[in-house]
Amino acid sequence: MDVLFLSQLQFAATCMFHWIFVPLTLGLSIMTAWMETKYVTTGDETWLRMTKFWGKLFLINFALGVVTGITMEFQFGLNWSEYSRYVGDIFGAPLAIEATVTFFLESVFIGVWIFGWQKVSKKVHATTIWLAAIGTNLSALFILQANAWMQNPMGFTIRNGRAEMTDPLAVFFNPYGLIKFPHTLLSGYALAAFVIMGVSAWHLLKKNEVDFFKRSFRFAAVWAFVASMIVGISGDFHAVKIAKVQPAKFAAMESIWETKRSAEMCLLLVPNAPEECNAVEELKIPGLLSFLAFHDTNAEIKGLKDFPKELRPPVTPTFLSFRLMVGIGTFMILVSLAAIFLSRRDRFEDNRLFLSIMVLSIPLPYLAEQLGWLVAELGRQPWIVYGVLKTADSVSKSVTSTQVLLSLLGFTVLYGILGAIDIFLLVKYAKKGPDSDLSNIINVQGRV
Amino acid sequence: MDISIFQIIWFVLWGVLWAVYFMLDGFVLGTGFLSGIIAKNDTEKRVLINCIGPVWDGNEVWLLTAGGATFAAFPTTYALMFSNLYSALVLLLFALIVRGVSFEFRGKLDGAVWKSSWDKAIIVSSFLPALLFGVAFGNIFKGIPMRNDFVNLQFSYEGGLIGLLNPYGLVTGVLFVLLFAVHGALYISTKTSGDLSSRALSLANSIWPALLAVAVIFLAYTYPATKLYDNYLKAPLILIIPVVAVASLLLIKLFAGKGEKYKAFTFSCLTIVFVVATGVAGLFPNLLPSNLDPASNLTIYNSSSSLITLKLMTVVALIMVPIVICYKIWVYRIFRAPVTGEEVLGDKQAY
Repeated sequence: MDVLFLSQLQFAATCMFHWIFVPLTLGLSIMTAWMETKYVTTGDETWLRMTKFWGKLFLINFALGVVTGITMEFQFGLNWSEYSRYVGDIFGAPLAIEATVTFFLESVFIGVWIFGWQKVSKKVHATTIWLAAIGTNLSALFILQANAWMQNPMGFTIRNGRAEMTDPLAVFFNPYGLIKFPHTLLSGYALAAFVIMGVSAWHLLKKNEVDFFKRSFRFAAVWAFVASMIVGISGDFHAVKIAKVQPAKFAAMESIWETKRSAEMCLLLVPNAPEECNAVEELKIPGLLSFLAFHDTNAEIKGLKDFPKELRPPVTPTFLSFRLMVGIGTFMILVSLAAIFLSRRDRFEDNRLFLSIMVLSIPLPYLAEQLGWLVAELGRQPWIVYGVLKTADSVSKSVTSTQVLLSLLGFTVLYGILGAIDIFLLVKYAKKGPDSDLSNIINVQGRV
Repeated sequence: MDISIFQIIWFVLWGVLWAVYFMLDGFVLGTGFLSGIIAKNDTEKRVLINCIGPVWDGNEVWLLTAGGATFAAFPTTYALMFSNLYSALVLLLFALIVRGVSFEFRGKLDGAVWKSSWDKAIIVSSFLPALLFGVAFGNIFKGIPMRNDFVNLQFSYEGGLIGLLNPYGLVTGVLFVLLFAVHGALYISTKTSGDLSSRALSLANSIWPALLAVAVIFLAYTYPATKLYDNYLKAPLILIIPVVAVASLLLIKLFAGKGEKYKAFTFSCLTIVFVVATGVAGLFPNLLPSNLDPASNLTIYNSSSSLITLKLMTVVALIMVPIVICYKIWVYRIFRAPVTGEEVLGDKQAY
């Protein structure tokens, strides 16, 4: 196996593993901050117990997100040194700024939040989780702007054998990333809300801490619906942007082979990539695809055949990932809407079917998160920077396939073990439920 | 302004970021790998972990910042340093990953096997980065076997993992381990009380002679092994840097011997900062020299970003770094009181 393939595999594996933990961190950080603020403003101790319980899950999950994040920063230099040298003038800046502006905020204040219950006042304590949450959320902005430059490069020129920044504002306010930011960030909120609903539903099925978990469930249901809606709406805008700046990716997402005006949407579609056509095209809705792509039912959609074969992304995986992601997203909107209404009813804890659906739904947003990045990154191939630099020209030249094979094995074993332990601990603490000894919690309150 | 001014600013910042990182993570790593020697029972182990618990994550971000700054300001150096030192850095990465989760995981289950496994993980994953960072910097000071053609953009590397384990690299590795050991022991002595604190202080005192011996070997060996002294011969004024480093090293012992642990710890901070500065000042204007051909050296001039990126990054650094330092000082003040066993046993949120 060659260095390029192994490096791609390693990058995909470490990214996807990192992204198992990050969305929950994004969402739970904000929601935990919200709960603690509710406690500080109302004095209601249930909010404190919620802060402690969901905050504990947040921390167990947070640890793995942090440590696997170091890999992300190192890996560009380790495996993609040609890329790093060629685009570092542009791509390095958001990463360095991310570290100085947001990682410090997140890491320093999370330490105060964990260890400072007895050291600072209630208000200061609640402020620290907000600062940590803001740091976490803002870091997503910088990393998405860095990624946006790979998808839709702007504000640069090719000079001195590399890409050099000419317009920092264009790099940092890339519209591609500004659309992707709410889409990605809110997907984390939706995921976290589904985790809270799922865990709460599990306890409600067991009639465990009913008041505590009913409140948690109702709280999360609103977040889940609002976040899922925004993810859907921003996803639509995102697709419009893709159709405009990455037509080959859009064609692969929809498996469109022939260029046509007023393109129809096939609800049932099976691509046949080797034959460059679709094996099944059923349940057609005329003009819908043109409308989704350009908000105009007559617009022309470019087909894959308009692009040379070597410049097309892998069609079937991109298409399937996109379809499945959209399907899960739609399901999440409907289920969370139902959750809002059903959870308002008295004794909704007796609705076992509904609660079971919520427990079983926990993995779905996780799957959608992975699929979303697959669409984004597979759909950009064969480019690493769209239209500027190919992935094949980006790999480190001084690294051998044995080295990458060994590091890939190392990552697989290490991440496998740590991931299993982390998920085991998450499940254990989620099942254990909140601390029932209230005095225990009150005693560790700081001075006011 | 001329680009070379910004290249020099970023060279200085690059050195400062590494120096601060080693000063801050040095005591976390030291505390980590000494935990097996110093702590006698589970409560003491928890006390040690809670000494570093609130700050380790924020300290590690200096590494990410140093890495990010290398990427943004000197992308060619970032690209070639990381890919040429691939295997060593992957090992380092694994250790840092394990260390981070060990702190979090250890207290989450009660079993004896569980705890002792994570205790061992903390020791190994703290020791390994101390050694590997030293070996890496020894090799950076010495130069690595690479040939770089900056006109035709052809870059090649003729070394491997074993080649990094040369005598000079290993001496620097041992130097880092001992620096962090003394630093960590002094940190523990300031952050704990009673018997644990005095045991840590006497451990620092007994490691110190070894540190002095290796420091002397390092300084002497640096002359034949590297070109670091060239800059000092050209501009003797900068000799002030190694002089401060050596003076601080001696003052550690003076104060540690008298039991003045806070002053001793302050001077071990200074020692680490000035040891790193000594090496970095000797490197200038190189970031990563080649030991095959001086024309292949990665310097601040042939590996830097464009003027516009350097300016942008300078503005960001000038605004953000002081802010970060301010709130970090605030956090260290909040947690300035020594950690006690009773406190750790009473707090369910602690590690």
